[in-house]
Amino acid sequence: MNLPFDFDFTLRTVALGAAILGIVSGTLGTYAVLRGQSLLGDAISHAALPGIALAFLLTGARAPLVLVLGAALAGWAGALGVIAITRRTRVPYDAALGLVLSVFFGAGMVLLTYIQRLPSGQQAGLDTYLFGQAAALLPRDIAVMSVLGVAALVVITLLWKELKLLSFDPEFGASIGLPVRRLDILLTTLLVIAIVIGLQAVGVVLMSAILIAPTAAARQWSDRLGRTVFLAALFGAAAGVTGALISASAQRMPTGPTIVLVAGCVVAVSLLVAPGRGLLAEAIRHWRARRDLRELALLEDLFIVARQHENPLHPHPPIVLRTMTSRPDTVAHTLRSLERRGWVRRGRDDVWALTEEGWRTASDTFGDWTPENWRKPRRSPALDGS
Amino acid sequence: MSAAAGRQVHVGDGRVGGADVAAIEVRDLTVAYRDRPVLWDVDVTVPKGVLMAIVGPNGAGKTTLIKAILGLVRPAAGQVLINGAPFDARRREVAYVPQRGSVDWDFPTSVLDVVMMGLYGRLGWLRRPGAAERTAALAALEKVGIGALADRQISQLSGGQQQRVFLARALVQDAPIYLMDEPFQGVDATTERAIVALLQELRALGRTVVVVHHDLQTVPEYFDWVLLLNVRRIAAGPVGEVFTDENLRATYGGRVPYLRQAHVEPPAPAPAAPFRLGRAGGE
Repeated sequence: MNLPFDFDFTLRTVALGAAILGIVSGTLGTYAVLRGQSLLGDAISHAALPGIALAFLLTGARAPLVLVLGAALAGWAGALGVIAITRRTRVPYDAALGLVLSVFFGAGMVLLTYIQRLPSGQQAGLDTYLFGQAAALLPRDIAVMSVLGVAALVVITLLWKELKLLSFDPEFGASIGLPVRRLDILLTTLLVIAIVIGLQAVGVVLMSAILIAPTAAARQWSDRLGRTVFLAALFGAAAGVTGALISASAQRMPTGPTIVLVAGCVVAVSLLVAPGRGLLAEAIRHWRARRDLRELALLEDLFIVARQHENPLHPHPPIVLRTMTSRPDTVAHTLRSLERRGWVRRGRDDVWALTEEGWRTASDTFGDWTPENWRKPRRSPALDGS
Repeated sequence: MSAAAGRQVHVGDGRVGGADVAAIEVRDLTVAYRDRPVLWDVDVTVPKGVLMAIVGPNGAGKTTLIKAILGLVRPAAGQVLINGAPFDARRREVAYVPQRGSVDWDFPTSVLDVVMMGLYGRLGWLRRPGAAERTAALAALEKVGIGALADRQISQLSGGQQQRVFLARALVQDAPIYLMDEPFQGVDATTERAIVALLQELRALGRTVVVVHHDLQTVPEYFDWVLLLNVRRIAAGPVGEVFTDENLRATYGGRVPYLRQAHVEPPAPAPAAPFRLGRAGGE
């Protein structure tokens, strides 16, 4: 059915759409996550569903602009609902999110079911808005997405420092005259835009993942807002394009889940291997610190034993050292790493002695040794050297 | 002079120099969260050039007073004047140091960046901070003794260093009035001394500094002016006149154990600050 040319063209449209939605969601998602509003996106996207259905019912057509407008208005109403409930009532923020999300989504499902029963409803295929269908993206959809996306990015760029301050310290911002209330509404509006851009391809159910995941990954690799936003946009685009292409290549595979799976992989890799904040880096740091401390403690034990000898470089069997520590099982291993540093020497049989250098290092580290402070190194060149 | 003048009959009310306008004038201020009043009919006058502590028990409304002065909470009644005009007209004349715990220190930004935020108000919309702002921010960081940390990610700072960053951000605002919410909270002795020296330097420059403070013992040593607050204003004025046993008991409801000790056993070679002796009984 698909001619090669058509297929290529469709694929390019899908990839372009996914890239745009990834960039915009990654960018706006960063602000949502940093402001502790990760789940606001979830409420907004679910709230958009009845808007889409109503827009279709009112106009009877599936024009992208109309549906986007309906989605945006309903999403916005949902966001305002969350804010109003939190401000006016004693319902806490997370409960307000849950309420709005489920009530709007429920309304959306009712309307959707009703539409499915209409003669025109079957072919409207609004149910693809649940889990997304990137393959259904048309050039006119892309046009709407690009215009909205570029507008959102321009606003972010122009108000860069204001939005940074709003996200980091809104009270201080208010004290210097930043209109925090209005900026808050603006940023929420941009979030709504990012969400409606992505709805058709990703779907209302999983939209929040494409807001949160790229940021979570980007934050692992960067300590600055600019780089975090850039990387989140990049990861968002990569996950969007990869996921959309995977789903487009299989029959009737919803796009949302594939995009989210790809984004999830990016997050998993980032959590694991990112330098500094990654789990691996953390584990290595932890392991090194423990090893260094064990070496230091053993060096001190050797020093204590050596000081009681006329010849400080006299060798001792490890059993002596084992009695001095709570972790005797580590002594043999640690002795070998001290040997690699050139601080201890192995004599004939299994006896060990400080080298000249080891003695000097130990004296520098534990030089003011007295019976009272013998466990308190004043500083540790032994550690600094590692 | 003011509508509230008739009410201001408290001892040691902070008016100096007759014609001189007060740095901060709070009149009949009432703030309520829902149905609970946090501040009730508070009148305070902070003269120019004083270093004032706001003390009072938890929930006394100290932070709320600061926020009300800054227009961050809307009062149910009352008025605040900064150098004789409403806050909106005097925004540039007030620098603010919020509580350290009020922000997420894992936010992806650098120390220098945070300090430069103090200049955003002056920069105005759309303009990005440039070389001049960097220089000013670096100078402020040097001033608080952490110039070397300018490029650090803020999550790598200790509590004392975080506090210094906030102080530096207020310093670049270069304002005649400073409002600080618990700048000594959770900092070590070294940082506390450094901050006190800075505050006293600001006062020496003629700035007005208002500090929410928790450690009663150090009030006479650090400050020359004090406001005792417990929802209502108990007393305000020079420390020597107002920081009395009686006022403190009125503020804390008679639960100031270390002060009692200090008075039962007067200090032998009495320095100016008798309360410091009671340290052993402190919390």
